Amino acid sequence: MSTIEVKDVWQIYDDRVVLEKLNLNIEEGSFVSIVGPSGCGKTTLLRMLMSEEFCTRGSILFDGTPLPGEPTPERGVVFQRYSVFPHLTVLDNVLLPMELKTSRFLGKLFGPRRYNAKEDARAMLDHVGLRHAADFYPTQLSGGMQQRLALAQALMAKPRVLLLDEPFSALDPGTRADIHVLTKRLWEETKMTIVMVTHDISEAFRLGTRVIVLERPMPDDPAKGARITHDIPVRPRMKKKGAA
Amino acid sequence: MRLINRHPGKRGARLLAIAPFIALAVLYLAASAVRHAANPDDKLLPTLSQMAAAVNLMAFTQDMATGDYLMLTDTLSSLQRLIVGLAISVGISFVIGIAVGMIPYLRKLFVPFIAAFSMVPPLAILPILFIIAGIGETAKVTLIVIGTAPFMVRDLIMRVEEMPKAQLIKAQTLGASSWQMALRVVVPQMLPRLIDSLRLSLGPAWIYLISAEAIAAQDGLGYRIFLVRRYFAMNIIIPYVIWITLLAFLFDVLLRLVQRYAFPWFAGAKTQ
Repeated sequence: MSTIEVKDVWQIYDDRVVLEKLNLNIEEGSFVSIVGPSGCGKTTLLRMLMSEEFCTRGSILFDGTPLPGEPTPERGVVFQRYSVFPHLTVLDNVLLPMELKTSRFLGKLFGPRRYNAKEDARAMLDHVGLRHAADFYPTQLSGGMQQRLALAQALMAKPRVLLLDEPFSALDPGTRADIHVLTKRLWEETKMTIVMVTHDISEAFRLGTRVIVLERPMPDDPAKGARITHDIPVRPRMKKKGAA
Repeated sequence: MRLINRHPGKRGARLLAIAPFIALAVLYLAASAVRHAANPDDKLLPTLSQMAAAVNLMAFTQDMATGDYLMLTDTLSSLQRLIVGLAISVGISFVIGIAVGMIPYLRKLFVPFIAAFSMVPPLAILPILFIIAGIGETAKVTLIVIGTAPFMVRDLIMRVEEMPKAQLIKAQTLGASSWQMALRVVVPQMLPRLIDSLRLSLGPAWIYLISAEAIAAQDGLGYRIFLVRRYFAMNIIIPYVIWITLLAFLFDVLLRLVQRYAFPWFAGAKTQ
């Protein structure tokens, strides 16, 4: 069964058709890369999946029911920038999802519960290789470390679907290769579904189990929106374990 | 080398910084000396010794009528009004600014009203305040609040609105409720910005304080300046003005230090 079903979705801004009658089923546990030229509407599609934007026509179903009208913890997200909170240390950033979940009123844990949560947060930091940076603020980290932190933070909320909006575009090639390996490992361990928007085609193929190409057939014609021009199965989940 | 690429050294920079102060002092002393040479009873530009005598009288001699040290009582009364007024402004702007900045319904309800209200010239409604609240402390404190709060409220609303939208989306995907977002994401990031806003409000706050004291008060720095004006006591007025400037400057430095040490992440986040 598909986790996410995009059904006949149109997105129209004023007179400009962005997405035209889009249909897409995303299976549970898959890693879908969406590529396309800038301005083709791939980020618009991702925003709709996180309920930041809503389609003009059509519907998007999550487990068979329409997507809620606001972001929820089932759908985690990592943006290209501004994904972590600048006023919290690395450890506190990772601690935050647990605090929000267990302390409804203050959103902050104290005493032994905080101590235990901190242990979990440190384990997660270990996992993404940031334990040594636990007491730094995000602005003191490199771009690659910030994105690793963003991944760790998103995973602490245990989302079923992780939405990545060009998360690695601002990184240099070496850092990017490292974080690709990490992303792949995290995806294999958590069994979650990932939808990643990128303009880097090799990245799309390296990580995805399926690559979707979104394109406007006539880029200069505002009446013709983007549609899926290619839908390429790359590999099934878990077949080539450890491959990057 | 081009002018915009030349930089003074460390000592040069320090010299440049104090040069205008020294120039002003020299200019004043020269003008004062010239006037006193022409007329030993000149009151317009008192000499240093005349001002020192006045400071000694105001600050270090008990007042014959009340037994107070006048400059101390003036300073304490003024600071109390200023701090109470600013504290109320900060409280108001904090609550309203964050609530209105975050909640679309409140934004639609209040933003036009606040924009209109902030156009009311505070000094123009000073008579209304004196009529309603009498000439006691309430009217003076209220004037400071009316003069500074609208700016601080508007400033904070804008700061909340200019937070990257991605941060609030992210917080929601981590399961935060509106209240939790306010408490853990918005408020902590707004506190250092509120200090910036407060620093910018210090100047206007002093203006309103001194205006209110000039019109109706029994003590205070503004009251004293306007009282001794009747006797052309420039030897008192000038040290008082310097003292007020120094106090305002110290406030500013203090707030900047608080910002730096209480919010160590802020400097880095601002430049990003």
